[in-house]
Amino acid sequence: MTETRTTPLVELRHMKKAFGGIHAVDDVSIDLYPGEVVGVLGHNGAGKSVLMKLLSGAERRDGGQIFIDGREVDINTPRDARDLGIETIYQTLALADNLDAAANLFLGRELVTATGMLDDARMEAETRKIMARLNPNFRRYTTPVAGLSGGQRQSVAIARAVYFNARILIMDEPTAALGVQETRMVAELIVELKRQGLGIFLIDHDIHAVKQLCDRASVMKNGRLVGTVKVDEVTEDDLLGMIILGKMPEHLAA
Amino acid sequence: MTDTAPPPAVPAKRSLFAQLELDNRLLGMIGAFVLVAIMFNILTDGRFLTPRNIFNLTIQTVSVAIMATGMVFIIVSRHIDLSVGSVLATTSAVMAMVQTVVTPDWLGLGLNHPATAPIAILAGLAVGVAIGAFHGWMVGYLGIPAFIVTLGGLLVWRNVAWYVTRGQTIGPLDETFQLFGGINGTLGETASWIIGALAAVAAVAALLNDRRRKQAHDFPVKPLWAEATVAVIVVGAIMGFIAVLNSYEIPTRRLARMFEARGETMPEGYTAAYGLPISVLLLIAVAVVMTVIARRTRLGRYIYANGGNPDAALLAGINTRFLTVKVFAIMGFLCALSAVVASARQTFHSNDIGTLDELRVIAAAVIGGTALSGGIGTIHGAILGALIMQSLQSGMAMVGVDTPFQNIVVGAVLVLAVLIDTIYRKRLGVRT
Repeated sequence: MTETRTTPLVELRHMKKAFGGIHAVDDVSIDLYPGEVVGVLGHNGAGKSVLMKLLSGAERRDGGQIFIDGREVDINTPRDARDLGIETIYQTLALADNLDAAANLFLGRELVTATGMLDDARMEAETRKIMARLNPNFRRYTTPVAGLSGGQRQSVAIARAVYFNARILIMDEPTAALGVQETRMVAELIVELKRQGLGIFLIDHDIHAVKQLCDRASVMKNGRLVGTVKVDEVTEDDLLGMIILGKMPEHLAA
Repeated sequence: MTDTAPPPAVPAKRSLFAQLELDNRLLGMIGAFVLVAIMFNILTDGRFLTPRNIFNLTIQTVSVAIMATGMVFIIVSRHIDLSVGSVLATTSAVMAMVQTVVTPDWLGLGLNHPATAPIAILAGLAVGVAIGAFHGWMVGYLGIPAFIVTLGGLLVWRNVAWYVTRGQTIGPLDETFQLFGGINGTLGETASWIIGALAAVAAVAALLNDRRRKQAHDFPVKPLWAEATVAVIVVGAIMGFIAVLNSYEIPTRRLARMFEARGETMPEGYTAAYGLPISVLLLIAVAVVMTVIARRTRLGRYIYANGGNPDAALLAGINTRFLTVKVFAIMGFLCALSAVVASARQTFHSNDIGTLDELRVIAAAVIGGTALSGGIGTIHGAILGALIMQSLQSGMAMVGVDTPFQNIVVGAVLVLAVLIDTIYRKRLGVRT
């Protein structure tokens, strides 16, 4: 892992976050390269979601440094993260149910006409273009997203990241609410985005999926980093051991 | 590329009615309103649907309707504002004092100076915005529930109003100011027709513009006949409304007095109609501006997004705290505007002005389809809700129903309207 391919896309160094007396994230350092998928694993409450929120600006860090392309940056709000090309796809599907797909896709970054009014027609046209690429079966452009299936909603969330040329994607259990077919669709999308050179942090409970999709996996327990491994060098049991016991596999622990 | 473009994604067979693409909710409410109107017209032997009563109904509705449009934004944001009646009273008191004490005495302009009304109205609007923004700051930044902030406001501003005037009734108000009250300020026949024609042209232009926009992106549009039908209905409604208001003639005795005041004598057989009241014109302007804000601006989009899912709005980088301040400031502004209409209508400021308006305003918004769970509500719905409530109230008064029973009916109708709405939404399966 010490091979110097390129500068890492993202480097989190000594990240810290405490809620009251609980150290949710305690001195964690991980990195991410372009075109790479890094799985972030751990039990509920291991701190993986909080760690990702520090990167996406949803939570403010107590300590530590964030580097993007080797340059130190300051991320305090979701807007800061967006400006740096970091997009997040949340487990809880951060969509406004009462708005349609286009309104959600452009939320916070609306297209406007010369007079400063919302250009809904152009936003819908752009949405149709991107959805035709990501999910050709998508049809319901003008109804509130509350009426869409989980997969369709997730594709709106992913379209949001893709449309704005995100370079760093954080996916927090993107398939938790989805059926088999839809899960496969998201998996294919991850492979495609990776091929385009995006860096992806993937939080997932499904070890099997992590083995398939990820290049490396970072395991957390009780707010601390157990270790980061290449998924090809470990078995699923090794990963489970890291998650449950908080120990590195013996053949790597040296 | 060949000429055979893929067929549009609309189902080919749709009923002629469906092709009009009208809003079912809106139709339902208009239907309910028409039903109420016809019922009272029968019960009163045709006295309900006279130009005179329709004129009165519209000017009675204006004050509550203006505030109801602001309440839509408040409730859409998952908040509530119980203080609107009291804020109306405070802003009314301030405006009354400005035009009876500040401008005539302190500024030495005397009574009925042309600058009096603008100064008073600007002062009132400024106070309204300040109070609203203050409420919004407490809700958004200090995290106090809006229910509590505005419940406190209900008591505070009602009694601030009392102290501003020392509990006195202040009047008569400035003559220019009184023009906003309704019957004392109407446009007359010719100007009303001109305004009506302009509105009709604007409505058709808006329809055409919308169609052109859709066509520019190759979206399916309604068939031309459907578009034309909608245009005819809209233009017909506008012109019909003007025609009704223009057929309410000023009583001969009143006309004679107006001529006397100018030192002239009235020609034999002279008649004149009231036409469009300025207050109704004001309401229409508010409705247009608020609808544009809701549908065509970022501010409106964020208000609805925040109401639909506050977390999503926050994660999208929207400053939801400041958004709350803006929403309450708009409400305060509209309360002050309503205060202009309400006090001008009674030609003086009284202590009890706006009492219980908070309930009427919330009821109007809710009857108009605004969901208390947030994210859903329309401006035109709220105005129609206010009109339905006012029709019920004055219709029952005309029939001679006892006041206590009137309130029982209005209360029951409010609950019933929400019940129907809940069932309708469940049927649809989607929160629309």
